Amino acid sequence: MNLHEYQAKRLFARHGVPIPQGDVAETPDEVRNLTRELGGKVAVKAQVLTGGRGKAGGIKLAGSPDEAEERAKEILGMDIKGYTVRKVLVDQQAPGIAQEIYLAVLIDRAQRLPMMMASAEGGVDIEEVAAKTPEKIFRVHIDPAVGLRSYQTTHLAAGMGLPPELWREFHRLATGLYDTFLANDASLTEINPLVITGENKLLALDGKMSVDDSALPRHPKLAEMRDTSEEPEAEQRARSFGLSYIKLEGNIGCMVNGAGLAMATMDIIKLFGGEPANFLDIGGGTETEGVTGALDIILSDPNVEAILINIFGGIVRCDEVARGIIAALDQVQTDVPMVVRLLGTNAEEGRAILAEAQMETATKLTEAAQKAVAAAEKTRQNR
Amino acid sequence: MSILIDKDTRVVVQGITGRQGAFHTQLMLDYGTQVVAGTSPGKGGDRVHGVPVFNTVKSAVEASGANCAVLFVPARFAPDAIYEATDAGIEFIVVLTEHIPVLDMIAVRSYLDRKGARMLGPNCPGLITPGQSKVGIIPGDIAVPGRVGVVSRSGTLTYEVVYALSSQGMGQSTCVGIGGDPINGTSFIDVLRLFEADPETEQVIMIGEIGGSDEEEAAQFIKEHMTKPVTAFIAGRTAPPGRTMGHAGAIVQGGSGTAEGKIAALQAAGVQVADHPEQIVALIS
Repeated sequence: MNLHEYQAKRLFARHGVPIPQGDVAETPDEVRNLTRELGGKVAVKAQVLTGGRGKAGGIKLAGSPDEAEERAKEILGMDIKGYTVRKVLVDQQAPGIAQEIYLAVLIDRAQRLPMMMASAEGGVDIEEVAAKTPEKIFRVHIDPAVGLRSYQTTHLAAGMGLPPELWREFHRLATGLYDTFLANDASLTEINPLVITGENKLLALDGKMSVDDSALPRHPKLAEMRDTSEEPEAEQRARSFGLSYIKLEGNIGCMVNGAGLAMATMDIIKLFGGEPANFLDIGGGTETEGVTGALDIILSDPNVEAILINIFGGIVRCDEVARGIIAALDQVQTDVPMVVRLLGTNAEEGRAILAEAQMETATKLTEAAQKAVAAAEKTRQNR
Repeated sequence: MSILIDKDTRVVVQGITGRQGAFHTQLMLDYGTQVVAGTSPGKGGDRVHGVPVFNTVKSAVEASGANCAVLFVPARFAPDAIYEATDAGIEFIVVLTEHIPVLDMIAVRSYLDRKGARMLGPNCPGLITPGQSKVGIIPGDIAVPGRVGVVSRSGTLTYEVVYALSSQGMGQSTCVGIGGDPINGTSFIDVLRLFEADPETEQVIMIGEIGGSDEEEAAQFIKEHMTKPVTAFIAGRTAPPGRTMGHAGAIVQGGSGTAEGKIAALQAAGVQVADHPEQIVALIS
């Protein structure tokens, strides 16, 4: 789960990371009032869950309440990469910016440890820095049993060429960022840019944070912070059924158990000339109700011209999937053709249940994909 | 021979009294796996499909001589169950549970390494040595004994490939699902090394997916250490960047972890890469 900048920064601040004074607003009027309270010189920043806000014109400076109101009018309602801006963060401007730094904590999968990354090349896309000048990125691994030690932050600070009088402050801030990471089961806490102000202080101008979805059950307050306003309704519904669904642009709906097989099914549809309409993994513990929900979600996409149901039972039992399909067809009227492939645990029972529904079936994956592509073609001609 | 499990492997099922635990215990018994004990706190003394249930893994091990544990335990109890199995002296722990938080797994893995125990998973289907034993949920009837080793990050995609192999008469030595989480117990390289050393495995099939760099690291290992032929399939060529595709580990981030990158790395290591799962069979025959 990704958090908004203002949410991330508030969490950072709780662990002692200095952030600018500011608040969120939803109307130009509120922005005007906030700007007055903050002293008149602010940054108005679009709060959307995507990168590249600055380039898209979603971050603007203002020197007065009037100007901030005007900027807010431009930014609120703006579309950034398909996301509508509904909220802006109004932050007091930093008292001059002497340097921009990059600082983040993330998981290094290969080392199986949290890793802190820092670079004096802040304020730009860090992946570009990593690609072009990898020597400018400094890394330390943090053993959770040991914690982030001061020699490690010294290594980062010295590597970046940070003035030594700031090292202690940098250590405190870095520790705060790591503590935020640990306390919230984050998969990323990032400050880009972390600035050295004209007053020679460190200040987190931006903030980005992702939380490990698997850990949300033990962080109910974080889970409530999820912004679903820009999330497709179908994806929200899928989550309520415990399904993993991602809408794509194609015409063939997919219902599969297991993420790997779901991706392979999408790939083979494309290989045989179709386009997958979605990724949908019904997961491991799915029962009849989830399958019914899944089918309903796929059918709510008007681009879907055929559905490929590919279930290889293991922990999922094919008879339960079959019952779900039958239950869904009782509830939803549809002319979208379906190709069903059931194999593995209780596959025979599943096929027997589906026999009465007279669906197109397949045993080989290639055959199933070809049939689905052909069925979609037929639907398009008939529509 | 085989790797990791064989007919003599003695299995304790943690969470044996649950719905999935009981169901798959029956399937493992039917397959011939030596399920010698189960655990479920508070239900010691019960029996599930004839298998004695114990309150703790320690008492189960003492009574049954189990040397392998398989977990049918929900995510919030799973780390505890893994620590328990490790402390009871179990050397090989198969963790099927999905949605265990990454920070928990970091602590678990570090503990296992210190104790010298091996974990398979989490979020994996387990493994099967056809004709001898299966630990986990891989359907037994799709696998037949033979000389192809299979290792995969995915669950059901493994079944797909094993099924395709078996239906063409190509049996398997052992099929291992390593799981789709970012932090796991057993890597591609660990399993490739075991297959390389196993006299009954003649060639290996490796099934990867987008996200991380495990496949690239495996490619390097294959180039340097494998004498046996390896054939691969990588899922997720049509996956959009920035979205997690079901598995916590399956995500293309900022141009890294792509299917194209992994396929190129494998091909550069002399590995044949199939366009779809069923094509693997054509490539190796």
